[in-house]
Amino acid sequence: MATQPKILVFSTEKISDPAIDLAGLLKKHYPASVYTISVPCSSCIKPRWIMRAYEKGFDGVFIAADGTDCSYGESCGEKTSQIVMNTQKLMREKGLQPSQLKMAAICSVCAEPFVKHMQSFVKDLEKIIETHANS
Amino acid sequence: MKKKIGVYVCHCGGNISDYVDIEKVKEAVKEEADVYLVKNTLFACSDSSQKEIEHDIQESELDAIVVASCSPKLHVPTFRGVAQRAGLNPYNYVQANIREQSSWAHSDNPVGATEKAIQLVKAAIAKARESEALTPVKIPAVNVAAVIGGGIGGLRSAISLAEMGTEVYLIEKESKIGGHIAQWDKLFTSNDKGSDIINSLYSQILKHTNIKIFTNAEVIEKTGSIGNFNIKVKIDKEILPLHVGAVIVNTGFESYQPLQSEYGYNVLENVITLPDFKNLIEKSDKELIHNGKIIKKVAYIYCVGSRQDDEGENKYCSRYCCTAAIHVAIEAKQKYRNIINFHYNRGIRTYGKQELLYEESCKNGDIYIQFNLENKPQIEVVKGKTLIKVKDILTAGKEITAEVDLIVLVTGMISRKDDTLINTLKIPVGRDNFYNEIHMKLRPVETVIDGVFIAGTCQSPKNILETLNSSQAAAAKANSVLTKGEMTLEPTLAQINPASCILCENCRNACPFDAIMTVNYEDRQVAKVNVSNCKGCGMCTPVCPTDAIDLAGFTNPQIEGMIDALVN
Repeated sequence: MATQPKILVFSTEKISDPAIDLAGLLKKHYPASVYTISVPCSSCIKPRWIMRAYEKGFDGVFIAADGTDCSYGESCGEKTSQIVMNTQKLMREKGLQPSQLKMAAICSVCAEPFVKHMQSFVKDLEKIIETHANS
Repeated sequence: MKKKIGVYVCHCGGNISDYVDIEKVKEAVKEEADVYLVKNTLFACSDSSQKEIEHDIQESELDAIVVASCSPKLHVPTFRGVAQRAGLNPYNYVQANIREQSSWAHSDNPVGATEKAIQLVKAAIAKARESEALTPVKIPAVNVAAVIGGGIGGLRSAISLAEMGTEVYLIEKESKIGGHIAQWDKLFTSNDKGSDIINSLYSQILKHTNIKIFTNAEVIEKTGSIGNFNIKVKIDKEILPLHVGAVIVNTGFESYQPLQSEYGYNVLENVITLPDFKNLIEKSDKELIHNGKIIKKVAYIYCVGSRQDDEGENKYCSRYCCTAAIHVAIEAKQKYRNIINFHYNRGIRTYGKQELLYEESCKNGDIYIQFNLENKPQIEVVKGKTLIKVKDILTAGKEITAEVDLIVLVTGMISRKDDTLINTLKIPVGRDNFYNEIHMKLRPVETVIDGVFIAGTCQSPKNILETLNSSQAAAAKANSVLTKGEMTLEPTLAQINPASCILCENCRNACPFDAIMTVNYEDRQVAKVNVSNCKGCGMCTPVCPTDAIDLAGFTNPQIEGMIDALVN
């Protein structure tokens, strides 16, 4: 069986972690190659952490953002988007596809959307890896 | 850098070890740098395991610990307490979630679950290695709670909170308080009328000046965090802003509505639900009459909308309906002596004192016929007569046919559909569509949203006594959080390295809490974090051009150490 793409998820302790936990509780399966690191707020994720993940061997990074539910303020979504854009610039410089970095608002009830995001992200990454291998 | 790390891998009974090979995890992490000891434990949260960890910390002078078990939401306070009792700073403890995010999420793939668990434990070790001793921060909290739902549970929560000194806003969506109970007649066990019980609670509420009731009111917005929520309540067309420290959701249930033609519902005129039958008895006078026909034989079909098969959505037992049906049957018999009750059930669940009702019903001569999902009662109308056929388990599967005048569908509880509240409060719902507590035994009224509690039948089917108990539990829990007047917050605050700061103002512009101030450092001005304003969001950290800002507990060495460990 081919190795599945490895995904690092940055999730947030109060908002998206509960959704990811709920997915497990409900036995909603997603690939075991998805790993999570929790942070307080998605707007605190440093581009250097994301770049480190690619450098070390992750195929994709997914930011499970707080969105409008962030308890730290409404600007969270906008700031997280800015982090994504800044990081995608760095990714282009390193020859990485911007689509290897994804962000979506995942609130505490979003177990099903999280699982769907992971399943579709794995498929997208498989295509990117295949294209890269053939080029 | 921590040099003596203790690692504890939990079986969680079989919740983890049924899918994750614990021995393999233990073996894989024991050679990790700075790991001093690795142990597995059946239940890491048990008293004996906690004492063992405390003993290890003291005896082996561990300087950090990792517990690989369930979600941090459940047991971080438990193991921080263990560390503290053993003299270790609680923030030198790291939890790896190998249950919700490994064994359960990948129960379809035990090999993958084990591999992932190994990497997660290694990442936790990497984080613990770089952990620092931190001191929690305290902020003021308002001793005010919002109770959403003015049924019997909400009223009880409000009274309990008020008695303990918490100011309460009781928010009811309908025009009157009282919920379902206010509409019900005699109730088991006291035989009090529902409306009398509600009136009694209401008179208690009136004695408390610290309870304010809002009817026709709905919570439409919530911001802030535990101790300091700002909520907006829509009352008719007005919006009322309220500042509260906690929210108790006690919004109750809805009765299951049978599907079209389910046991003849909405097709046959003499098929009604239990709530309808209760109303019929209350409103009928000398004779029990339905649709102009005198009722003498009543069939109760149990578990309608509960304990459903694979095609149905509701797999759970609604707990109260066996008792409610038998109670109604006894009432019917008391009021109309010639009534004959047939109970088509799937095993009677009148637990506890409710068993007395079952006994009374049997003594009254009620007939109990038991069926299973494979052989549900079949209803036929032959020459104007309503017949029920079923294979009775209690008489070795003998087919029994009874002619009845009325069929009562004993309907269960379903969750209330309130998308506005779900979207506003973001409380997760479980497989049964009721709100989910963090843990049904360990943290039964707390949700993953700190400061938002649940109680009563919005959480799961409950009888009145159970609803009142959970409502008081939620009140006690909320009060215990708010009564101190201050909240202990995570000390994961931003910290600026002054030597690297170039005072570019990016961090000040990014901070929503005005927590960046300017100070002198070696004859120049630099940014500094005002810890009394900092909330630990970390918004200032990625915008710093010199990477001079770190969030305590989420420093570069910690996060990058975790990333490295997850890949290796």
